[in-house]
Amino acid sequence: MNKMKIFVNGQEVWIEKDSTVLNAVKQQGIDLPTLCHHPDQRVKANCRVCVVEVEGVKNLVASCSTKVAEGMRITTNSPRVRETVRTILELIFADHPHECLTCIRNGNCELRQLASKYGVRDIEGEKANNIFPQDKSTPSLVRNPNKCIKCGRCAEVCHHTQNVGILYSHNRGTEVCIAPEYGKQLAEVACVLCGQCALVCPVGAIHEKDDTDLVWEALANPHKHVVVQTAPAVRVSIAEEFGLPPGEISTGKLVTALRKLGFDQVFDTDFTADLTIMEEGHELLQRMQTGKNLPLLTSCSPGWINYIEQYYPGLLPLVSTCKSPQQMFGALAKTYYAQSSGIEPKNIFVVSVMPCTAKKYEAARPEMNSSGFRDVDAVLTSRELGRMLRQEGMDFQKLTESEFDAPLGISSGAAAIFGATGGVMEAALRTVYEVVTGESLCKLEFSEVRGMEGIKEASVELDGKEIKVAVAHGLDKAKKVMELIQSGKADYSFVEIMCCPGGCIGGGGQPYGTTNEVRAKRIEALYQVDENMPVRKSHENPAVQDLYRDFLKEPLGELSHQLLHTEYRNRGLSIN
Amino acid sequence: MMSSTIVQDIIHQHGGDKALLLQVLLAVQDADPQKYLSEESVNEIARILEIPRSRVYSTASFYSEISLQPRGIYLIRVCTNAPCENAGKALVLQAIEKELGIGAGQTTSDGIFTVECVNCLGACYMSPAIKVNDVIYGDLTPEKAVKIIAELRKEYQDGQNTSGSCI
Ligand code: SF4
Ligand code: SF4
Ligand code: SF4
Ligand code: FES
Ligand code: FES
Repeated sequence: MNKMKIFVNGQEVWIEKDSTVLNAVKQQGIDLPTLCHHPDQRVKANCRVCVVEVEGVKNLVASCSTKVAEGMRITTNSPRVRETVRTILELIFADHPHECLTCIRNGNCELRQLASKYGVRDIEGEKANNIFPQDKSTPSLVRNPNKCIKCGRCAEVCHHTQNVGILYSHNRGTEVCIAPEYGKQLAEVACVLCGQCALVCPVGAIHEKDDTDLVWEALANPHKHVVVQTAPAVRVSIAEEFGLPPGEISTGKLVTALRKLGFDQVFDTDFTADLTIMEEGHELLQRMQTGKNLPLLTSCSPGWINYIEQYYPGLLPLVSTCKSPQQMFGALAKTYYAQSSGIEPKNIFVVSVMPCTAKKYEAARPEMNSSGFRDVDAVLTSRELGRMLRQEGMDFQKLTESEFDAPLGISSGAAAIFGATGGVMEAALRTVYEVVTGESLCKLEFSEVRGMEGIKEASVELDGKEIKVAVAHGLDKAKKVMELIQSGKADYSFVEIMCCPGGCIGGGGQPYGTTNEVRAKRIEALYQVDENMPVRKSHENPAVQDLYRDFLKEPLGELSHQLLHTEYRNRGLSIN
Repeated sequence: MMSSTIVQDIIHQHGGDKALLLQVLLAVQDADPQKYLSEESVNEIARILEIPRSRVYSTASFYSEISLQPRGIYLIRVCTNAPCENAGKALVLQAIEKELGIGAGQTTSDGIFTVECVNCLGACYMSPAIKVNDVIYGDLTPEKAVKIIAELRKEYQDGQNTSGSCI
């Protein structure tokens, strides 16, 4: 028998043997408060707000770190439990700035929600002053150590999931802080700006740099022609900003919402995702012909680029020189689109909506200005777009559906799956296979590279030749693959790396509440988007075909090199 | 500045074992002429042991035995454990702080003295006790402590003068 009998608030229930008290209680529909606990992380048990009474145990126990035992009698609703939780919350608040009113997390802060739920009315002690300076050193993230409750969730994701180890607990006693060493700023250390720390932070202690005002300003400026592009991952997550369940496909509503915000053209990063496949696919073929610089490593994830530039600079020659779809879009908006629409590039303002905080840094790279103007002028994360739509008073659920504008809004199903781990690989294989063999694929799905497994491998037959490919997501897994490549133990031809777990749908700019379970649902939705598309291969995207015919001429041609490709540099262990 | 080879040697002596991080940190601190763990040393240890810098720093900043600030030529460790406490440590510490014009955990601006509070020096039989570099002084009174400082100052100045006269 895998189940055992326990009692929750007097009621007999049967629970999986290995379950924690927290999960056992949750299964009964009782929501226990938690702060340091995160479903995808190891138990830290440092906040104590999840306490319950267990019969026969003198002290209250932390439910997140206690396993159930046969016959255990758990009480979650006694006055003692309630009062203890309230006291713990009061203690946290006594050492916390009382700034909820002006805090970026006002509305979705886990601490504030608990305070409201438990009726915290009085806070003993002095109101803590803002003694620590905020870290605004990067274009991606803002750290406000004054609001940190030392739950350790950021440190865990930074050290384990990402294995870069930037944020960690320092000092002891009352001086404990979670920060980079020597209290340095993020720009001074080897942070990759993935924002996974911000995604798991329960409070307003680390968050995306908010660029909504910049975009409002551009929208209000009559001299600016403001165009927007949206990443594949946003269409399957933005609905969560409005309380809808994860995995909703809301492409049509998203387009309507952006149009209502006042964007002059609503375009799609999927268009340049298809273009990326054309360029990167040909790059792969070229390298396979010469046998040089293999495996080809993908380049569309800016957190990953920040990583390899700092941690494995020796492998930079392997990285595809393709700019990411976001940057390709910007470069084309200010050249191809500017020419065809007769609008001066200096008056075009490109906004992108991304699941990612590292995209803000990428857009700000000085080399990303191949039209003579900055490719992308402002990057909003999914969370920031949610904020703008709420400010505009939009009832997202009630919006009608509409279509992206042509031509930079036309895309294929292959582009949609860019947002999921394995998607770039699958999209590339669909195109490379057909280009090389001249035959059409009878089955488009490459299921070996799909799913949440950390490292996926597959071999594909291309014109009688077997090639090996690999896919990794999350930098801890990327590191493992890099070690294999560095030691010469890998014989891959093509490797897809995504910085964030699950790929872009799990990015650091996505709606709060992103867990691996939520990631899996968004991934499923993206494959559904792909299936619903009339065109499912990048090279069959008619708008991309027009672009080559009328403007670029050929993949890897001169104009492509000027606008769509970039170079990398060894940064040492610091992002600046 | 500590040379990287010294750090490498120390790590080598500890078998390159990540689990011995604290011991490595203490040994590197000891080998440093300024008796502290410099940022260069932290980075070097992180690089060789393949531990993120933040984690090396975390351990270093957790243990009171490790100083992240350069320490004076004379490191005065004042015992704050119960036996010394009961024997009048508070007055001794006060006298030292007053004489040097710094608080515990600080270094004089001329870089000659550092005062730190520590746990038992193993000299409880002559409490209250302090330790200056490797020498223990016991059965202290505030007056005795001030006298010791005066002697150390003289010792330092004599050293300076002799080295000066060599030129
Ligand atoms: S982090 Fe939460 S509790 Fe703290 S000020 Fe912001 S909203 Fe309030
Ligand atoms: S952005 Fe990523 S690398 Fe930087 S501190 Fe946060 S989790 Fe760590
Ligand atoms: S910054 Fe946020 S996630 Fe990190 S320890 Fe502080 S409160 Fe927790
Ligand atoms: S959630 Fe259980 S101790 Fe923090
Ligand atoms: S108690 Fe002070 S030396 Fe032992």
